Amino acid sequence: MSDDHDDSPIAARVRELEAILEEKGLLDARELDQVLEAFAHKASPANGFRVVARAWVDDGFKARLLENANEALPELGLSMGGGLQVQRLHVVENTAQVHNVIVCTLCSCYPLSLLGPSPTWYKSPAYRSKVVSHPREVLAQFGLTLPESTEIQVWDANAESRYMVLPRRPANTEDLTEAELAAKVTRNGLIGTAAV
Amino acid sequence: MPRINDVGGQDGFGPVVEELDEPPFHADWEAHVLAMNRALIGRDIYNLDEFRDAVERTMSHESSYYENWFRAIRTLLEEKGVV
Repeated sequence: MSDDHDDSPIAARVRELEAILEEKGLLDARELDQVLEAFAHKASPANGFRVVARAWVDDGFKARLLENANEALPELGLSMGGGLQVQRLHVVENTAQVHNVIVCTLCSCYPLSLLGPSPTWYKSPAYRSKVVSHPREVLAQFGLTLPESTEIQVWDANAESRYMVLPRRPANTEDLTEAELAAKVTRNGLIGTAAV
Repeated sequence: MPRINDVGGQDGFGPVVEELDEPPFHADWEAHVLAMNRALIGRDIYNLDEFRDAVERTMSHESSYYENWFRAIRTLLEEKGVV
């Protein structure tokens, strides 16, 4: 991180502030490296993929996950803690009748520890404004066209509560292992802008 | 200035644009801003709610996500007399 040669004005301003804070003893470069490393390790969509695959193969886990996700996650060695604040997680299940999609209309609330860093579009005013008023149109932009008969539920996260979608298990996957099932899941599937 | 940060249902922000294979950070400075914020909150220089408040009152839709974060961090540090 100290080898940062980005010469854009904003990069220079960030370096300048860092230098001031380091001089005042409020930061040190190694600390920043550690924070980033911990963040990169902890916050990964692979965690969300594992949760979904387990729910697909284990009905008991799935029931516990939907009932109280925070209590079910430790079964896979995961948690919603470790960040700046522990949040309540609600896992919402897609069915033949209902498709779920998540948003934070206020800012960018997102289950980081299970989905990894959020994509720019999730944080954009375009997505945040439109997915609540025209969800079908937004999903179509992602290439997800749902039948008119499918109800779309939009879940708006906030500082204390986060949501994650449990996608429907794809057809013809009866013979797959849990790890192979996890590989079928995508980040957008956990947000609800993809089917799986 | 009114603070209507909840944009749910508003019009006029254009289409949703998805960047394929988007990296977690687009430049090193963005990662530095995230790490700096976590470190400063970890040291109780300010807290998470103060940070959220600062983002909301200083944010601009013209700026990128981490540009808004950086402006909020600077604002808080200035207001608290740290820099």
